[in-house]
Amino acid sequence: MKKECIYTLKKQYRDDLNIYGYRFGQGEKAACIVGSIRGNEVQQLYICSQLVKSLKRLEENGAIVGRNEVMVIPSVNHSSMNISKRFWATDNTDINRMFPGYDAGETTQRIAAGLFDAIQGYQYGIQFPSFYLPGDFVPHVRMMETGFQSHALANQFGMPYVVIRKPKPIDTTTLNYNWQIWNTNAFSLYTSATDRIDRDSARQAVACVLRFLTQMGILRYTSHSGYLASVIREEELFNIKTGVSGIYQRYANPGEEIHQGQILASVIDPLEGEELARVLSPTDGIIFFAHSAPLVMEGTIVFKIIERLHE
Amino acid sequence: MIKEVVSVGLAVDECLRVKKNVLQPERLSGDEKRICIVTGTHGDELEGQYVCYELNRMIQEHKENLKGIVEIYPALNPLGVDSISRGIPMFDLDMNRIFPGDEKGAVAEHVAARIIEDIAGADLCIDIHASNIFLREIPQARINVNTARQLLPFARRLNLDFVWIHAAATVLESTLAHSLNSIQVPTVVVEMGVGMRITEEFCHQLTDGIFCVMKDLGVWDGEVAKPKTPIISQDGEVGFVNAEAPGIFVPCVEHWRNVQKGQRIGRILNSLDGTVEQEVCAPIHGMLFTLREYPVVSCGSLIARVLGGDFE
Ligand SMILES: [Zn+2]
Repeated sequence: MKKECIYTLKKQYRDDLNIYGYRFGQGEKAACIVGSIRGNEVQQLYICSQLVKSLKRLEENGAIVGRNEVMVIPSVNHSSMNISKRFWATDNTDINRMFPGYDAGETTQRIAAGLFDAIQGYQYGIQFPSFYLPGDFVPHVRMMETGFQSHALANQFGMPYVVIRKPKPIDTTTLNYNWQIWNTNAFSLYTSATDRIDRDSARQAVACVLRFLTQMGILRYTSHSGYLASVIREEELFNIKTGVSGIYQRYANPGEEIHQGQILASVIDPLEGEELARVLSPTDGIIFFAHSAPLVMEGTIVFKIIERLHE
Repeated sequence: MIKEVVSVGLAVDECLRVKKNVLQPERLSGDEKRICIVTGTHGDELEGQYVCYELNRMIQEHKENLKGIVEIYPALNPLGVDSISRGIPMFDLDMNRIFPGDEKGAVAEHVAARIIEDIAGADLCIDIHASNIFLREIPQARINVNTARQLLPFARRLNLDFVWIHAAATVLESTLAHSLNSIQVPTVVVEMGVGMRITEEFCHQLTDGIFCVMKDLGVWDGEVAKPKTPIISQDGEVGFVNAEAPGIFVPCVEHWRNVQKGQRIGRILNSLDGTVEQEVCAPIHGMLFTLREYPVVSCGSLIARVLGGDFE
């Protein structure tokens, strides 16, 4: 294992921001794994720290095959994480909307450029991002439909679902999209948490990355067989919204199988305690995403459902 | 007549409401032109608030001159204006990156879709922005090169100092202006002043310009000022100055001034050890149309933009 600083941003009032990369093995740039880019992505940081620990042991035991190099960057934005901010601490911009970056541009463009420069040229790129709506997911691999994506490869993680997203204009500045455009096979891995640590899904994520590296011939590792993934297109997910606002109580969780008419949640009058509405499942299926905050606005997407026909 | 464009229930006893004021003649013939003035997409940009007030006041004082429909939307992101947050509180994405929105999407996307639906069909829309809290801008229109032919006739008449015709970028396809332009509502983006402040002279200048355009469109038949002739530029002639060291930026030139190539614009200072971290100099000869307002800078913070040429 070689630890190196891949990018430094000099600061005046705080310690410099140093972004570290951990390299395992030597030779061909085989795979690169990027963890937390936003300051609340604690689960993503935890997963990568566990990956560094596992890869260190595996490398010591000679498990890296031939001339392959794997790099892990557990944390990009601890300047924000250390003060509990999600986006860049000084100007609130999102580093994951700045790719491929610009080394003579604004601060977060420079960070993105510095990072992107260090992580280019790898055959596989794996990122642990977070979603723009707060809530819990079924663990899945997400890829952008750029024309370069391959879901057969995404299947090798052994995660239960592979989601294909048609990029919107705003996605064109994410790491995942730019990795793909610059010839790296890019995958985003979502586990069931972001700003808290869920050890079970973290353990699963680490196992999935090690399984993928094994399947790709980069690592020698006895992995238990994973799931045969169902491939879903994001636009086919069925959104369930709340018609009213108030205190939200959820009765069903991501991954659960649900039936048409089942009560999934209810909304309670925040001042008087009476039930205002029940959220009923309009279809048979599996819960893919579930809103997790204790309050809801009118029209909030509280569930995304994989309809039965995908089984 | 105040109307609600969209309303969304918040958790406890309150609704998010986007409102507009519709000003129109007593009697409508049915072929009135309609112009929409929108602002407050970014909750920390306030210059447009005073423009909306002035437009309202001046139109209502001489209602007899109103021959078309003027719709004023002072706050597309009312929760942001109220809470001094640039974005929509509790929502990750910049509101000006989610248009044309989606009826079936998340709350903010639904709000965006209803705003587009409401403005659709207008003969002109002016979307007023106020930079951000970091930079001060001279009154200017920003136009995507693909819409320049259609929008320049309006932008020239808005009594602005400058029209910046910039290159197209995929990510900008999700702005309000791009979405409206693509449904044939000519939409001009105005940037002026600085975030969290009101620069009265700029607000009066733009208000006068909006009356000129209203007169051109036959929406107003009162007296109007003769608009300034703006400087018009393409992207290539703009020089950028970014901080190369962190510290405190103190300018030594004024905004909206000519600078020589290599002339000092200001310095970045270190308040702990009393040294100068960087002498900040103009990259080209020209006019300083953007200047850093907020003193604390990091490596990369934008300090100035200079439009190449001689303008005095
Ligand atoms: Zn703005």
